[in-house]
Order: sequence, then C-alpha cells, then structure tokens
Amino acid sequence: MRWGVITFPGSNDDEQTSFVLSNLLGETVVRLWHKDESVDGLDCIVLPGGFSYGDYLRCGAVARFSPIMRAVERFAERGGIVLGICNGFQILCEAGLLPGALIRNRELNFLCRRAHVRVEEADTIFTNRCRRGDVLDLPVKHGEGCYVADEATLRSLEAGRQIVLRYTDAEGRVTPEANPNGSLSAIAGIRNARGNVFGLMPHPEHACEWLVGGEDGRKFFLSIIASVSGGVEMPSVPSSSKVLSGP
Amino acid sequence: MKVTVETALQHGLTAEEYERIEEALGRTPTLEELGVFSVMWSEHCSYKSSRAYLRGLPTTGPRVLQGPGENAGAIDVGDGLAVVFKIESHNHPSFVEPFQGAATGVGGILRDIFTMGARPIANLNSLRFGSIDHPRTPFLLRGVVAGIGHYGNCIGVPTVGGEVSFDPGYDHNILVNAFTLGVVRADRIFRARATGVGNPVMYVGSRTGRDGIHGASLLASAEFDAESESKRPTVQVGDPFTEKLLLEACLELMSPEHSHHVVAIQDMGAAGLTSSSTEMAGRGGTGIDLDLSSVPLREPNVTPYEILLSESQERMLLVVHQGSEDAVTAIFAKWDLEAAVIGRVTDTKRLRCTFDGRVVVDIPIEPLTDDAPVYERPASEPQGSDDGGKLNLKELPEPTDYNQTLVRLMESPNLSSREWVYRQYDSYVGGGTIVRPGSDAAIVRLPGTEKAVAMTVDCNSRLCLVDPYVGTVSAVAEAARNLAASGAEPIGVTNCLNFGSPEKPEVMWQFQQAIAGLRDACLAFGTPVISGNVSFYNETEGRSIPPTPVIGMVGLLEDASQHVTQWFKSEGDAVVLLGRNREELGSSEYLAVVHHQVRGGVPWIDLEVERRLIRAVVASAREGLLRSAHDVSEGGLAVALVECCITSETTAPLGARIELEGGFRPDALLFGESHARMIVSVRRRHLTRLREIARREDVPISVIGEVRGQRLEVGDLIGIDVATLRDAWRGGLGKALAGSTSA
Amino acid sequence: MGWLARVFVTPKSGVLDPQGKAVQHSLHALGFPEVGDVRIGKYLEVRLADVSRESAEVRLREMCERLLANRVIEDYRFEIDAAPAG
Repeated sequence: MRWGVITFPGSNDDEQTSFVLSNLLGETVVRLWHKDESVDGLDCIVLPGGFSYGDYLRCGAVARFSPIMRAVERFAERGGIVLGICNGFQILCEAGLLPGALIRNRELNFLCRRAHVRVEEADTIFTNRCRRGDVLDLPVKHGEGCYVADEATLRSLEAGRQIVLRYTDAEGRVTPEANPNGSLSAIAGIRNARGNVFGLMPHPEHACEWLVGGEDGRKFFLSIIASVSGGVEMPSVPSSSKVLSGP
Repeated sequence: MKVTVETALQHGLTAEEYERIEEALGRTPTLEELGVFSVMWSEHCSYKSSRAYLRGLPTTGPRVLQGPGENAGAIDVGDGLAVVFKIESHNHPSFVEPFQGAATGVGGILRDIFTMGARPIANLNSLRFGSIDHPRTPFLLRGVVAGIGHYGNCIGVPTVGGEVSFDPGYDHNILVNAFTLGVVRADRIFRARATGVGNPVMYVGSRTGRDGIHGASLLASAEFDAESESKRPTVQVGDPFTEKLLLEACLELMSPEHSHHVVAIQDMGAAGLTSSSTEMAGRGGTGIDLDLSSVPLREPNVTPYEILLSESQERMLLVVHQGSEDAVTAIFAKWDLEAAVIGRVTDTKRLRCTFDGRVVVDIPIEPLTDDAPVYERPASEPQGSDDGGKLNLKELPEPTDYNQTLVRLMESPNLSSREWVYRQYDSYVGGGTIVRPGSDAAIVRLPGTEKAVAMTVDCNSRLCLVDPYVGTVSAVAEAARNLAASGAEPIGVTNCLNFGSPEKPEVMWQFQQAIAGLRDACLAFGTPVISGNVSFYNETEGRSIPPTPVIGMVGLLEDASQHVTQWFKSEGDAVVLLGRNREELGSSEYLAVVHHQVRGGVPWIDLEVERRLIRAVVASAREGLLRSAHDVSEGGLAVALVECCITSETTAPLGARIELEGGFRPDALLFGESHARMIVSVRRRHLTRLREIARREDVPISVIGEVRGQRLEVGDLIGIDVATLRDAWRGGLGKALAGSTSA
Repeated sequence: MGWLARVFVTPKSGVLDPQGKAVQHSLHALGFPEVGDVRIGKYLEVRLADVSRESAEVRLREMCERLLANRVIEDYRFEIDAAPAG
C-alpha cells in the first residue's frame, strides 16, 4: 500500500516512521511536505512526532493550518486512514479531527520512558493484529501528553468505543503510577467516531526492531496494512535480526 | 569615541596587549577593532594560556581524519563513514541563567557538528553542581536539565547519556559540558577554510540582535562575583526550532546534490560574526571584506560594534562559489530561513568591515589568529598538597551494619539513580539508540551499517583535586573501561578541561599535570584527542573549582548485536570479577558519605594493567561470552554489584550470591575504589573460555558467585532484598530535591 | 494610529492546570498560606493596523477562536486600546 508521511517544520520522527515503513515493512512511502496541497493516491497518511513549528503557542496549533492539513481534512472526510503519533495526535486534536486536547503532563516535566498500554478495542483499522486486552510495551516521550476532554466527550468516546489504548502496568491494570502523564481515564490513544482517524501518544515507530526498542509497535502498522488489503492473510513479517539499515 | 588604554582594560585586555594591538595596526584602533581584538584574544577564543601545553597531546592516528583546529574532530569508522564529535563547556552562562545557558550550550555544540556536514545522532552531557544541600542547587539542577531537554528534544537529537555529580566545590560555579556526535560520509567532511578570492560570504539563519554582547570575553573568561548576577541581559536565548530548520537546510545544502555550491561553513558561536569570519580567513590564508549594513537585524539601530560581537544563536557563516548565491538562498528559503550575501573573500589577509560605506575595521588576520598572544604562565605545586592524603585506617571505625551502610550509599546524591534527570531527555528520537542512559556507556547504531558507536563522559574530580595527574589518568581509564564494558573498542577522545584562573600558579600546575595525564593515558589506550575545549576562570570570589578534566570517549562496535549492558540477565549465570581488589579507601565515595572525609590519597593506577583488562573484556564481548559487564568505580565493588542487580529498566531486578576473598578490612573490600576491575556475568559453559582469554591478557580472574533469587548476599556481610536496594537507589535524588521548595 | 490588543488566554474552569497547581503548592511552601487557586494562562500583545474598532474586535475574536486559544480547554478575553501603528 501507499503511505504518506508528512514533514512539518520541526517534525522529528518523520525519518524514523518512513524507515520503519519502507525498510522494515517493505511499504511504499511518499514523503509529504507541509506546503503540499494534495494527498492523492495514498492509502494512509501519518502525522509524525516532533515539535512542529517549535510547538510554539500550543502543540500542533500552528501546524494544523499548514496547506497539507486542508488536504488531510478532505482525505479524512472521504474515509481515508489517518494516523497521528505524539505531535501528530496533538495536531489532529487541534484540527478537530479528534475530540479533546493534550495538555502539560501531570508532573510538568518532559517524560521519556517505557509505558505499557492495553488494547481496548481490537476490531479497528489500527489494532486488528492485536487481541482485546493485549498489553503492549512502547516508549513515550512528550511534555504535553495529558489527554483531557469534558464529561460529555468522554461519555461519547466510551459509548462509541473510540478509546483504543489505555495506559496500564505490565499486567494490564490501570493504576495512577502506570499513567505517565495524568491522562483522563488513562487514555493513550483514541479514534474518531467513524473509525478512520487514530491518534496516540506512545511511539510505535520506535518499537519495531529488537535492537532498538522492541517490536510491539509493528502491530499498528501491520493492522493498517491488513485493513487496506482487505483482511487478506498478511505476508510473513520481514525479520529485523541483523539488517541494520538507516535513514 | 576615542579608544584609549582604559577602553582596552574595560574590554578585559591588558595594557601590554593593548600595546601589541597598536603595534599590529600601526595606529590607534577604532572601537570596533578593539572589540574584535578583545574577543579574539579572550581566553575562550585564543586559548592563550593553554595553547602551549595542548601541543603535547597525541592528536594523530590511522583513523583520524580531522584533529583539533576545525569546528570538531573526525574519526574514520570504516564502511566509508566517519564520526565527528566534540565536547564544550557552557559553565558561566548556565550559572547565570540555567535553562537558557544549558539550552544554548547544547545548541552550540550541535552546530559545531553539523557544520562539518555530519548529522548529529547523539548528545551526552557532563554536569556538576554544588552540594545538594546548597539552597541554589535544586534550582540550578532543574533549570539545566530542563534546558538540555528543551533544546535536544525539540531539535530531535537523542540525549543518550552523561553524568551528574554534586560537590560543594561547585557551589558557586557549576559545570555544564555538552557533547555531540554526528555521522558523515568520510569523503564528505566540510571544513571552515575561506578560499577563492571573490567568493561571496553568506549569512544564514536567525537575525542578529544584541544577545550576549561580550559573552565570550566576559562570561566565559572573567571570574564570578556578586555583580555578575546583574549581567543577565547578555544571556542568549536559544530557539531549537530555528536550529532544527538550520540543521536540515545546512545538511541539504551539503548533500551530494548541492554541495558543489559550498566552499566553507562555520557556526557563529562565541564571538559571533567576528570569530567565524576571522577564523575562516585564517585557515584559508585569505582575507574577508564584510559589509555590516547587509547583516539581517532583529531590531533597529544595532551598531556595527554590536553586529560584530553579537552572540545571537542559530546563525551560520558560509563561503559559497560565485554564482551559487541564488541556489543557496533557495535552499534556506525552503526551510523558511533568511540568507544574505554580506561580504567577499579577498587576498588581502585582512578583515575589513564597512558600515554605511564607512570602514570601521581593517585588521590583518594573523595577529587575530596564529599570532595572538600565547602565555606560558608560571605554575607551581600548591603547598601541602600531600598533607591531606594521610589516612590511618586504624582510626577509622568500621560500620556495624553493612546493609544499612549500603542502602545509605545507594540513596546518596552521587550514587543514586539519575532517572529523574534522563527521563526528561528524549533518548529514542532518531531511531538508533541501542543502549539508553543507565548503563556504563550509551550505544547508538551507525545508520546503514551493522556497526554502532559507544560513548561516555567521565571525570572523578575528587581524585583530580588530590592528584590532577593520576585523577586525569583515572578519568581516561574509567572512560575506556565503560566502553569496553559495553563491548566497544575505544577509538578517540575529546575533552573539556574545566579549571580555575590560569593566572594562579597552582591552577596552572593542576592544568599541566592534567594535560600530562591526558597525554600518557591517551597514548596508552591508542585513543587520539581529536577535539576539545578549555574552560578557565571557573572561580567564585577567589575560590577555584576542583580541577575537572572531563573526558569524552568514543568506542566502536563492529557488530551492534554484540553490545553488552551492565545488568545481570538471568539466574544461574556465573558472576566473575576481572582485576584485583586492593585495600584502598582513599578519596572514595564511602569515605565522603559515611565518614565525611576526603583523604587517603588516590587509588593506585597502572595503565598497562588497564589496557590488558580492556583488551580482555572487548575480546570476550566479541566472542559473545558476556551477558553483562560493569565497571567498578564510585562506591566500589558492593555498589557495582547492586547496580548489576537493579538497573535494568525493562526487566525485574535479580539477586546474587557472592563470596569475596579479602584478607583485609571489609569496608575497604566492599567500598574501596581500586581501578582496573570489572564485574561480568557469563553462562557457566563459557567460564573456561573466559578464563583462557583472561590468562592470555594476564588479567586476574575469579568466579565470585552466581546470579540467584531476589536478594543480594555478599559473604556474611550483606544480605538484603534487591527491591529494598532498588527503592533506595531510585528514590534518592527525588528525595533530596523534594526537600527544597524553590521551584 | 492603530490598535494594541492585549489578549488573555486562560485554562477553562474545570480543566486541570498542573502548572497552576505547582505554583500554588510552592507559594504555600514559601509561606503564603492565604493563596487559593492559581491558574496560569498566556498573555499576548497583538498590534493591528488602522481599522475601525468594530472591525478590530471582530477580527480579534476570529483570531482567538481559530488560533490563539484552543476552545476545548481555554477561554480568552481581550482589551483594545488605540496605539501608534507598529
């Protein structure tokens, strides 16, 4: 399938995301520039992590007005698959493609550590290679990852089964210590009501090789590939053993 | 304004130096010229007190592609790649404004690396603060850590390691040393030599404001007093977002597709436009004409004097080929950055600057660079430097409860977990980090290869205060051990030499001794010094800091999958001590924490013994024998064993059952900091092979126990749950910080 | 002549403000027990060209709604004064 990975000024994980998709998973990747106005011919658009526009004013607040975002909005309206990771999640919230907002972490500091997330919904475009209740080990690295929304929004997220990932401990229990940033209801990732737009704070692209960060992150990309190819049995996963190629 | 010798003195120049200026020019300098001389002849830019000594360092070797003298040094790592690295201080700015001082320190060292055409792939830093009980320490620590994180995280270069220590000797003068390593194709290293008469000189990046005027000459060179608190306005403010754009734009310009436009490139760091233009002309053997009226300005009415000396951040100076101006401008415009032609390369060997058509500077280059003053300052060993050394072990009471003593050490400020610090740093970005902070060395893979580099920054300033020669040798040895424990072969060194005032003979003596130690140790390990930085005048109200020669060392792993980490891997593995225990407690963390003493001399060190240990450990790692390896350093054998048990971030702690043969005082056995020791764990079936390698390299080897259960037991001295140790270790720093209320 | 707008962006009541809580805690610790709630927001100065006051107000409201404040979590208000254009 054809992936588009956007580079905003200040994007940092765009290279890594492209590396995972093209070098590790053998996918076709089109690099998109924030000034581009078209996303035609693509199956999934990724908004990567980083500090778009320095995260000045608010994280994602400026990026959402980039020319490319108008195209992304139209793409999402047509049912196109959109994945926002970390800063990408923040941009999607700012753009109104996902509900709620991400504010400063509970402890105020930037936080880089491993976090466990529990898969709350497995019949989604983004998590169909997981089972409900699976606990994944992924890195988080953000200063403003505390998910907030008003009560009505939270209720509709729950009713619509839009909460896809929650922070838990290694055994899958929601505890205050396991919630790295104080997110409402331990939310780590949500999808929109239609189910084609997904944002998460943890970084699956930094967990796709044993040597660097584990392999749990692959499941998200493989799920999207499975969805696009219509549930056809997936080709075997390329081994990540000793082939170390970089961006 | 008429320049006089008084004006020169106000600029930090001496009367003799002012005479030399008049001599070099054959007339009275203009104010702008005086400003140029004052920054170029500052300690920071001219290395006038250290230059004579630095010449003795080993700087060449078969792998060295670029030694000291450029923006950074470069080492060949095979596969057509080179690593470029350097460490630099930002001590005084970080004491004045910890957040911005540390942030711009990171920004500066990053620019030094990417001006060489290298993409930065790792940041480390070496931080020294005053006593954790000092009222200002928590404020400084929080600010510095947040500043480092802010810049590194935002620009997208992982911060993968470093060291943090606390000592009252830094109460009024903290140290912030920032290290960056980048990767470049070995045949595409860019240098900063202005050549080609008529070639345009281009200014790119942020606009020029009044930031940090005289930062290089005042902040980095003059001592601190109560007044310097009021010099806050000169502190530069960092903009990592702009630097990210500058990084991408510069690397795009230096890519194979566009690099034919570029002749030379240099960061405008300390002393800004003045030093970048002068140094580029100096290296190129040319001259430069600048039209200061063309420099993009951030605010109105900036004077030519201020334009020359501004230290506004995120700026670069380029020399490009004639006709390339538009192409270069277009690349920077793509990244929303400004570029402007502000001058030309000439054959005059002079720096000529005009402003509104008026010549304000016309100085021959040589007196500013190669012919700048060099001082062989008097050095003498301080009186009574041997007296503090005596330690009579018989007068030192032994602990009654070793478990309690061990817990106390694990939670002490210098031995407790640095998690609170490094969790504020993005260590994943870039995707190459194999070993993150928390092991002996950080490991990052080299893109597109099976190789990886290991990196560490080390110094034990307590040892350097007692004996600067042995202390420096020990720092180099510890760095080499840290790399070996990670499976890497040491290949090169950078250094940041932090000292007091060179005008004091005892400080100059410390400096000489440290340089001698650095030379001897680097020769022994075959690790050339390829870059570095000297930071003098680290004093407050006349008190010097302890001599602190921070060693940044880089090692190479031919096969990244052979890397080793410090924590035990599985029950049943044999725990092996490589090296010999000695009855030494001098200058140990145990003496400081438990007995509140710094004495007893420094531990014995023998470079040949160290070299053999390193060879043995690297060889064992390459054969895949080592499940874990950990250097024994601060806190001694007992603390090293605890660290083997509890420091894995992703797996549960493991216990061990250990028997030690001592024959001497248990506290010296457990907590003494003798060198040349390593704790490794191996599968039992590999013990024979490990013994063979140890015998071949003539390294003492003893099986001291096995990985087992959830308790650490050492003979009948220690028996304690590893969970208890881990909680103490993890909570130590946070607990100490929580005691303070200043946000 | 133009306008100088002073824009105040504050967290909506009910939205967690971790920074405000930390400052409140510090003030208590520093011996200011009388301190109640602390909320931290943003202050912006926006200079506008010479347009009518009505137009300036309409445009500023639009700026706040679209960019300066995130209406999911933030409220805003502004003051407008005549000022030399700059």
